[in-house]
Amino acid sequence: MMRFLLLFSRQGKLRLQKWFTPMSEREKKKIIRDMTTMVLARQPRSCNFLHWKDLKVIYKRYASLYFCLAIENQENELIALEVIHRYVELLDKYFGNVCELDIIFNFEKAYFILDEFLIGGEIQETSKQMVNRSIEASDMLQEVRCAGTHSHTQHETWLASVV
Amino acid sequence: MPAPIRLRELIRTIRTARTQAEEREMIQKECAAIRSSFREEDNTYRCRNVAKLLYMHMLGYPAHFGQLECLKLIASQKFTDKRIGYLGAMLLLDERQDVHLLMTNCIKNDLNHSTQYVQGLALCTLGCMGSSEMCRDLAGEVEKLLKTSNSYLRKKAALCAVHVIRKVPELMEMFLPATKNLLSEKNHGVLHTSVVLLTEMCERSPDMLAHFRKLVPQLVRILKNLIMSGYSPEHDVSGISDPFLQVRILRLLRILGKSDDDSSEAMNDILAQVATNTETSKNVGNAILYETVLTIMDIKSESGLRVLAINILGRFLLNNDKNIRYVALTSLLKTVQTDHNAVQRHRSTIVDCLKDLDVSIKRRAMELSFALVNGNNIRGMMKELLYFLDSCDPEFKADCASGVFLAAEKYAPSKRWHIDTIMRVLTTAGSYVRDDSVPNLIQLITNSVEMHAYTVQRLYKALLDDISQQPLVQVASWCIGEYGDLLVSGQCEEEEPIQVTEDEVLDVLEGLLVSNLSAAVTRGYSLTAIMKLSTRFSGVNRIKKVVSIYGSSIDVELQQRAVEYNALFKKYDHMRPALLERMPIMEKSASNGPTEIVQTNGETEPSVVDSKHPPPVSQPANQANDLLDLLGGNDVVPVIQTTVPTKPASAGGELLDLLGDLSLTIPPMTAYNKNGLKIDFTFERANPNPNVAVITIHASNSTEADMTDFVFQAAVPKTFQLQLLSPSSNVVPALNQGTVTQVIRVLNPQKQQLRMRIKLTYTLKGSPVQDLAEVNNFPPQSWQ
Repeated sequence: MMRFLLLFSRQGKLRLQKWFTPMSEREKKKIIRDMTTMVLARQPRSCNFLHWKDLKVIYKRYASLYFCLAIENQENELIALEVIHRYVELLDKYFGNVCELDIIFNFEKAYFILDEFLIGGEIQETSKQMVNRSIEASDMLQEVRCAGTHSHTQHETWLASVV
Repeated sequence: MPAPIRLRELIRTIRTARTQAEEREMIQKECAAIRSSFREEDNTYRCRNVAKLLYMHMLGYPAHFGQLECLKLIASQKFTDKRIGYLGAMLLLDERQDVHLLMTNCIKNDLNHSTQYVQGLALCTLGCMGSSEMCRDLAGEVEKLLKTSNSYLRKKAALCAVHVIRKVPELMEMFLPATKNLLSEKNHGVLHTSVVLLTEMCERSPDMLAHFRKLVPQLVRILKNLIMSGYSPEHDVSGISDPFLQVRILRLLRILGKSDDDSSEAMNDILAQVATNTETSKNVGNAILYETVLTIMDIKSESGLRVLAINILGRFLLNNDKNIRYVALTSLLKTVQTDHNAVQRHRSTIVDCLKDLDVSIKRRAMELSFALVNGNNIRGMMKELLYFLDSCDPEFKADCASGVFLAAEKYAPSKRWHIDTIMRVLTTAGSYVRDDSVPNLIQLITNSVEMHAYTVQRLYKALLDDISQQPLVQVASWCIGEYGDLLVSGQCEEEEPIQVTEDEVLDVLEGLLVSNLSAAVTRGYSLTAIMKLSTRFSGVNRIKKVVSIYGSSIDVELQQRAVEYNALFKKYDHMRPALLERMPIMEKSASNGPTEIVQTNGETEPSVVDSKHPPPVSQPANQANDLLDLLGGNDVVPVIQTTVPTKPASAGGELLDLLGDLSLTIPPMTAYNKNGLKIDFTFERANPNPNVAVITIHASNSTEADMTDFVFQAAVPKTFQLQLLSPSSNVVPALNQGTVTQVIRVLNPQKQQLRMRIKLTYTLKGSPVQDLAEVNNFPPQSWQ
């Protein structure tokens, strides 16, 4: 299974953290520190795999964001790279040419998309279209629910203003 | 109260902060606003506030006061609230929190909600971070949903079940019925998660594993369809249909086929098909091949398939993609033991990877190279590995040096080659070799008798170049001390002998003593080497001077050595030659550790081979020296006196065995009886080693005065080994009022006739008495 997924910028600022095993805040902070240090120190053309404690860490840089996925030792590193890539594709489809700012300002949506792709450190859906459809439907559900309590003309602004 | 600012507004504001302090101030202000909003139980904006809190939490600020608010959001009817609420729960409410369990009821309700997206939220949250108690409570609900026809929910329920099993393995049984027709699903999401669930169950329970073996044909069919089917836009990745599912199926097949002939046979064809048909131009194809190789190697595949797998790995090694090369090296490392010959075929490619720029690849290549070294390729491999040692990063040098030593020891084609290799390592990575290499190397050099001149010459030349690498310097000074005579006499056969004068050699050694680069241990080596040369060189005065200077050194170890060597010059000059003579060949113990019993000439050089143990104090060495002289120099081995026999088990461990059997079948004897001093010997056999005789001396005094400062010493011929334990006392009371006892252990492996020379010193009525005697009347049973 996957143990955690971290997204951070080139300056080491955290943009998303998904943990698949329970850990104290202190441990999480330490892991984040370790990961950012290790990954940011890597040479540009090194291989994408690292060893850290008893885990394999797969990292890949997309524009200004580093995606860092830790998997257990018996997992397949090459397919883990594909997992990262699939997530990036999903974000890209949703936001349309996704960039770091999208993830900063809409972090909750990044989480929602991730939760339609992975559960408990495993892949739940292998079809891009299915994941996208689920997200769109859930978004619509937010709107519909809102439209029930406010006047119809206001529902679009409500969606934007609710969060 | 104005509406709380929107999330995106907050994010924008915080990002304008120019310093950490400014950011903290903004955060604190907003937290205060959020807190008061929570206190007011504001339903409308709770969602917005929690979302803001989650953002601030990501920046690293505490957010625990929002935990209960997350619970309230989850309980709300609004979907937006639930979405943020569950997100907050996953981030803030893991099982370590007290309020975690309060979620259980909400999740239970939502698992039965009419809207599948709400059910999905609940399943996702439970499957990501449900505690054991929560899992126990809700397992039934999950099991129900596992049987639903709604594929959206079924796939989530499957992964939720996986989580439940991981948390509470005993609940695995209850999910068994629901797995019945999981694999007949068409939906890939459900298929994938089902395979994950089956994998988890098989890994955890051998019974489940046996039960699910019957699924192998079905799995093979699904995999076949994936490969053979045409383009499917929904699951296509670079021309390959659903690689994630393929990899997962391959992994399940691996588990099912392991140690099972029938299953392995059933999957042989499909594995060969995947191995040959998968497109390798992109990473995704290689990911599938990689998984296939792992499966082939783990199950009971036929040899043709195994060779195919290794060849795939061989091809990976030539791939431009670093990741692929890395993965290939890792896999080959796993298989090198079982399929050694097949991996050997790719040796040259592996060795090329030593020159790779990537650190991870270099390390793997190094480990694999060492695993591939054997008697046939040792010369070639060593050349490459030494070249690697020269140029690699410091983090590799220690491991590489150790590896080279091990390989050289096992497969060295000749002694000269071995010594050359060691020299090379010492000169290129001398500061990185491990501590225990020094004694091992010295032993190796000592035992290569015909190479002494060559070795010392090479080491001397190396020292002239560089004295900073301590292990090299230590080995070199030891050798120069030992074989300095060969060095100056220019006797080298293997290469052109160099012209070195005694003074030049002493210059070098003295240089080590004063250099800042030398460690304290190194200085000790150097001083002792200088001392040894006093019997090998003609000019002694210079050495005498050095030794006397260091008699007042601040370094206690050096001072002690110098003082003793000085004493050697002054009082015991007649025994200096014997003391400092050439070392005999050392016995190698079975282990790598420095625990050999070394036959020394009484010098404190045991620290060389036994650096981890406190060296025996040189005091007994001095006493032993007397005996050596008395006993004619070369054919006797003196005693190594220990005060406490606490050395761990070693080659001579029998000698330390305190549990000697009391077989009193050997009669006691009187060894000495003169001037009122009588010494009796009593015998025991030490078990388990019948070669060891344990002799206890009993000294009694029939004169009117006590004998004080009583010291008993013994020496035996060379074929024996002797150990003297500490005496019960140094005073032999007068008029036979008591005895002094002392235990001697004699190792007699060749079962030769035991004979002994003893020396007694004591003070009687103020005047010192000294006497020597030979003991030849040992009863035959004591040595037969």
